[in-house]
Amino acid sequence: MRRPRRDIVWIPTFALLVAFAVPWPLWGVDRVVAGLPVWIWWHVAWLGLCTVLFSRFARSGAWERGMGLRPGGDGDDRAAGGDAGAPAAGGERP
Amino acid sequence: MTLGLSLGIVVGYLFLALAVGLVAYRVSETTAEDYYLASRSIGTVVLLFTTFATLLSAFTFFGGPNLAFAAGPEWLIVMGTLDGVLFAVLWYAIGYKQWLIGNRNGYVTLGEMLGDRFGSTGLRALVAGVSLLWLFPYVMLQQMGAGEALVGLTNGVVPYWGGAALITAFMILYVVLAGMRGVAWTDTIQGLFMLSVVWVAAVWVVSAVGGVGAATGAMLDARPDFGSFGGGTYSVGFIVSTAITIAFGVTMFPQINQRFFVAKSGETLKRSFALWPVLVLLLFVPAFMLGAWAAGMPVDVPEGANVLPVVLNEYTPAWFAALVIAGAMAAMMSSSDSMLLSGSSYFTRDLYRPVVNADASERREAWVARIGVAAFALLAFAASLLRPGTLIEVGSTAFSGFALLALPVICALYWERTTRTGMIAGVLVPQLAYLAVVLSAVVGFVPALPRTVAGGWDVALGLMALSGLLTIGVSLLTAPSAEGDASRFAVAGD
Repeated sequence: MRRPRRDIVWIPTFALLVAFAVPWPLWGVDRVVAGLPVWIWWHVAWLGLCTVLFSRFARSGAWERGMGLRPGGDGDDRAAGGDAGAPAAGGERP
Repeated sequence: MTLGLSLGIVVGYLFLALAVGLVAYRVSETTAEDYYLASRSIGTVVLLFTTFATLLSAFTFFGGPNLAFAAGPEWLIVMGTLDGVLFAVLWYAIGYKQWLIGNRNGYVTLGEMLGDRFGSTGLRALVAGVSLLWLFPYVMLQQMGAGEALVGLTNGVVPYWGGAALITAFMILYVVLAGMRGVAWTDTIQGLFMLSVVWVAAVWVVSAVGGVGAATGAMLDARPDFGSFGGGTYSVGFIVSTAITIAFGVTMFPQINQRFFVAKSGETLKRSFALWPVLVLLLFVPAFMLGAWAAGMPVDVPEGANVLPVVLNEYTPAWFAALVIAGAMAAMMSSSDSMLLSGSSYFTRDLYRPVVNADASERREAWVARIGVAAFALLAFAASLLRPGTLIEVGSTAFSGFALLALPVICALYWERTTRTGMIAGVLVPQLAYLAVVLSAVVGFVPALPRTVAGGWDVALGLMALSGLLTIGVSLLTAPSAEGDASRFAVAGD
């Protein structure tokens, strides 16, 4: 269940990635670069950046820790083992 | 002659797609039970493409280019943001969490998961009912898209209702002949095929008009406003509310939400998640830019036609234009099939069995499902003849309806204090309000309630906020019911 403090950084990172996938700073800009309006290039590059950061998030272990699991730990083992019927651990009710 | 060739290719391709679906089923021997219950075994590529297949609908192929043609290429930004980025984040926050929970407890539908957690058949039926309600306009959208596509391809010789009837017939054939079986890899083949032909089409058209620069130049000569970002239809309110409602709505779509339960392992979800933005961009750039560029081309789009078939007819040979339209319609047929399949599992598992007939035999259940699907598709066809809005409007209505489910579901997934009464209030009240807004626009004798306020802000966004506030507020005011069990949603086992 340990969640390193640096994992928290992913929350504002995701917020920024979503917010600026729309090229707000180029609002009203009508320059054409390499055949397309420049704000389309912003968007294309931004989605490329998203893929890079998403894969880093997925590989860093933050993916599992975000759900309170240990990386390489129980979440995936359970899938491989297929014991879908295993009872949920109790004792977590308020 | 050309007309006969075009129609022959469209109908022939639809039969071919049907045959491939049948063969795929025979080969893989996937039964509906196996598909949903036993084998949570979908790998990365197939998961990615079956989810992608939902994008392969009239909303993307025809609605998107139409809007880009009429209002400018900003639609690419809206769809890219919501589908490529926001949906990916929700894929993790909702999808991975649901996968973990579903894997522990063997859930197959969203309603089942919530009904079990809160000990409430009523909530289960409510969620299934709401989902089926909004699936209706989305199926109708496919029929409208097909109708308008054939008008465009044949220059109005085939009437709108003809195309809509054609795809309805194939949807029903596909479901009845293939039984209630989803074969995920036919979605994958359709997806790869469409991704390729959309690019070939874009390259073909662009080279015919003299390159990307010339296409953009002609577009800007005809519509100077298309060059600058924002303005016109694309107000800040429109961009933000469309992106949010559609992205949240997509996660609650039956066939998408059900995919969250079927991944083979967490690895599959992870890899799909990282690849998603690029895949989305690969589809949207050529499709929507063709629509926008068409504004500068000397083409004449007939009333009630889609712009894409008209452009293809002008710049590519008739057989190729017909092939693209046929591929699009086949992809729409197969994604409608997944929608109807998931819808029917909601119907039989969450409504028919728990509420109507708990002792129904498997055989009876299968028949109920098939008849239900056929009736559903025929009713949607009848409604599609009324053409209550543009493809984008009808699609957005469906997405917004689903989006109203998202915040209560997120509350349930992450907040143990959520109560049954909170969930029911958070789902029911905004749904009733939104339904009133939507129906008031369709029904003639009542004043239409506004769909957007203050320059393009969608009322659905406000209702989404209401759904979250109601779920939290009512949960705080009520006590958890004795039948509820928050530990059903625990994922960390230690």
